[in-house]
Amino acid sequence: MNVFDHWALSGVIFVPILGAILLGFVPRAQETAQKSVALLISLVTGGLMVGILARFDYNATDKLQFVTDRRWIDVIHSRYHVGVDGIALPLLALSVFITIACIIYSWDHFPEPHNPKAFLMLLLVLETGMNGTFCAEDLILFFVFFELVLLPMYFMIGVWGGPNRQYAAIKFFLFTLFGSALMILGFLALFFKGGNTFDIPTLVHNGSAIARSTQVLIFAGLFMGFAIKVPMFPFHTWLPDAHTEAPTVGSVILAAVLLKLGTYGFIRIALPVLPYAARRWAPWIGLLAVIGIIYGALGSLAQRDLKRLVAFSSVAHMGFVMLGISTLTSFGLNAAIFGMVAHGLITGMLFFLAGSIAERFNTREISRLGGLLVQAPRLGWILGFCAMASLGLPGLAGFWGEFPAILSAYQPAQGLNIALFRAFMVVAAVGTVLAAGYLLWMYQRTAFGEPSAEFAAIHVHDVHVPEWIAWTPLLLGIVAFGVYPHALFHVTDGAVHGVTAVFTSRAS
Amino acid sequence: MTAAASPGALPFHAPYIDYHALAPEIVLSTVVVVVLVLDLLVDETRKYLVTQLAGLGVVASAVPLLSLAARHGTHSWSMFGGAYVVDNFSLVLKALFIFTGYIVLLMSTNYIEEGDYYEGEFSFLVLSSLLGMVVMASARDLITIFVALELLSIPAYMLAGWRKRDLRSNEAALKYYLLGVLATAVMLYGMSLIFGFTGTTVLSQIGAQIAGSAGSHPIVTVGIFFIVVGFAFKVSAVPFHFWAPDVYEGAPTPVTAFLSVASKTGGFVALFQLIFVGFYGRYDVYGPLFWVLAALTMTVGNLVALRQTNIVRMLAYSSIGQAGYILVPFAVAGTNARAAHSSQTASIVYLLIYAAMNLGAFAIVIAVARRTRSGDIASYSGLFTYAPGLTVVMTIFLFSLAGVPPLGGWFAKFYVFRAVADAGTAWAWVLGVLVAVNSVIALFYYAGVARQMWMNPAPDGDRRPLRVPPPLAAALGLCALVVMAIGVYPQAFARMGDVASLLR
Repeated sequence: MNVFDHWALSGVIFVPILGAILLGFVPRAQETAQKSVALLISLVTGGLMVGILARFDYNATDKLQFVTDRRWIDVIHSRYHVGVDGIALPLLALSVFITIACIIYSWDHFPEPHNPKAFLMLLLVLETGMNGTFCAEDLILFFVFFELVLLPMYFMIGVWGGPNRQYAAIKFFLFTLFGSALMILGFLALFFKGGNTFDIPTLVHNGSAIARSTQVLIFAGLFMGFAIKVPMFPFHTWLPDAHTEAPTVGSVILAAVLLKLGTYGFIRIALPVLPYAARRWAPWIGLLAVIGIIYGALGSLAQRDLKRLVAFSSVAHMGFVMLGISTLTSFGLNAAIFGMVAHGLITGMLFFLAGSIAERFNTREISRLGGLLVQAPRLGWILGFCAMASLGLPGLAGFWGEFPAILSAYQPAQGLNIALFRAFMVVAAVGTVLAAGYLLWMYQRTAFGEPSAEFAAIHVHDVHVPEWIAWTPLLLGIVAFGVYPHALFHVTDGAVHGVTAVFTSRAS
Repeated sequence: MTAAASPGALPFHAPYIDYHALAPEIVLSTVVVVVLVLDLLVDETRKYLVTQLAGLGVVASAVPLLSLAARHGTHSWSMFGGAYVVDNFSLVLKALFIFTGYIVLLMSTNYIEEGDYYEGEFSFLVLSSLLGMVVMASARDLITIFVALELLSIPAYMLAGWRKRDLRSNEAALKYYLLGVLATAVMLYGMSLIFGFTGTTVLSQIGAQIAGSAGSHPIVTVGIFFIVVGFAFKVSAVPFHFWAPDVYEGAPTPVTAFLSVASKTGGFVALFQLIFVGFYGRYDVYGPLFWVLAALTMTVGNLVALRQTNIVRMLAYSSIGQAGYILVPFAVAGTNARAAHSSQTASIVYLLIYAAMNLGAFAIVIAVARRTRSGDIASYSGLFTYAPGLTVVMTIFLFSLAGVPPLGGWFAKFYVFRAVADAGTAWAWVLGVLVAVNSVIALFYYAGVARQMWMNPAPDGDRRPLRVPPPLAAALGLCALVVMAIGVYPQAFARMGDVASLLR
């Protein structure tokens, strides 16, 4: 094992936060220097990530790679144990590259009250939290990183957000903290019942030893923590507020990466460690997932605000992801991970676009917009492209997250009620029709026709250079994964089989 | 030994005294006297020398602590027939008290000077109170505990009234004094019952008797009850908390910091020794008692804190809530041996972390009040625009108090959860869930201050930078450093909690 393999992952996790500290020493007046430092830091992180992608052994995706396992807090038997496998790798890459895109995008898009230094510092701290969560192989380490994202996002929404920002910020914070307080109780219970260790791979190994009734209870704690983060149906109410009020970059990060922390938690921790409880909970998770799909879609149809519409569509899309997870099959889990990456790219793009449109017209009210294709054809065209991708058009990335997830419900894992899951499948399929409905209707109202009288006279700048630089990789990703989904599936598949094998062999 | 003693009198043995083990107390006592004398000699313009000397003296008293900690193995010094013990537990807590005392002196330097209050006597009283706390950490005897308690409390009564032309400060001092004395009376009554029943004041001997079958006598039950209630006043546990917010608001802010951290820790230290050495066998008495105290203290403290508009009152109720978390491990300590160890560790680690974050928050209150001359939470609005450094540091303290990783407070709460899980009983888990719910409630008011600082505009658009005097900045820096270090690498501090076990 060479030096790079040993340190690369720690670099990806900690370079951003060290960069944030470094950024603290740049004088407040030198804004260009601040932006350059932040960009440089994110590019260094990106470089390390490229190195990891290049050196990753794609024939052993179920094995943890780039592992570092060191002493951290001996007194509670918690270790600094990080590593990536085929499940974590795509999400980690997503997090790293989305952050770069966000820093480029915000180059001349700093929302009021400006202050790029503080904004970029928060963004970099956020990146450390996200990357760390995807790499952590120890429950306490996972918990610390999982929580680390809260503070920067709270301030990002609360300081740079829209008119109702303070309410949205505290709501986001309280919801998530409530979930994680119960989650940490669940982690502690796992520690005591699972053989006095916080090490995730060891816990996966010992999980079956936990009494079944206890498993179900512990799962409830973890479920609260992760489901609020996803967010699943009854816990989703923080999301539309947070998304609507957050600055553009905040919304993008929130949609593209933060929501995945919850679904990732299910796949990494809840399912493999507690296979029996997962089976008991699966029908309920599936039920909440399809309610989320329909509820999100209907909610989207009712929205008049562009950002709020995209936010509700997120609830629906995460519903598909959770449906895939609830089938407990490798087919469903593959679809779920694909769905996460696709949702990250597509919804991230949609929030970028909503932000750019709002900046040009000073409104996000769909009824006041119109004729975008006339006034800013490239912007309008990209919006159309992303809307198509979001509704699951075959050939674009969104399709491969949605379609297999629905299909996987046809044949859920052994022991789950087939009739029930097939009913879920039908409902979810109706959800895709609704998705086409709200996205096309939104596109029709904003992009087609003539510009509304209100904005007909103003000059609308088409896509800026920083926007092009930030968006092109995401758009290419949407096409590439759509045309060649195997690129992602063959990374995740081996690792997913690892998860479901533990699962099916243990829970009889 | 051949000298014939008069009939009936006990032969006199010179007590064993280890001067090395007593060195911190000796250094502190010397500094107390020197400060008092020096204050008489120096003229009015050079009073700052007294404060500086006091600070140096406190640092000097930490030196023997280090040399004691560096000894081989876990040797402990037991003096005066087991009444005064210097072991790992007492070393860790003495270090905590000395750290707290030093920070309070740093915080008060400019406050006292600029407020035109008596300087020399202030340092003298703080040091005296500190000496009482340091003695408390070694007191394993009912009488010694009582003496230490008086030594730490009486200077504190006077300090609370230090702003003598301010009516509220007078009220604070009087209220604190009367209720403090009442609590002491209750506690002494309990002690007399225990002494009357067991015939000894040394805790380890009391412990041995109470563990036996005789321990279940109702007199012992009543005695334990009164002693715990007496200290519940001291640590401001609900329903014995009502003095705290008024006193905290009326007292000068550095004194408030001192009371809410050092004095409270003093109470907890006494409880540790009483419960774990003396009354450990009577879990059936103190278990339910602490369960109720902990549940009430954290819930009431946090709920009332939600409604506060004054930052000091809010921090007062917040510290009541925090005391509730510290009481949780006491409630589960007796369920099994493992829980006993982890609950003791949990409370000690909590006290260590609590000291740094709470002192830090009060230091910010002092720094900001220099500019705004107000204690309203609303006066913090827009702090980020003219004092970004202070804002960031205050944010660190607030969210650490709320228990958000990676700031120190999370680890303290984690330890409390661990003690609960170690106990594993249904009642323990209920308490654990209560802690979780309370953490969320608490976040609301901590985040409320953060919201004012970060998200609201400065009043009058006044954006002149805020100057922080160097001693205060040093206090802030030290506290922030400790809070961050514990959050990221708790191992170093967790060891302190682990070695400081009173159980044999």
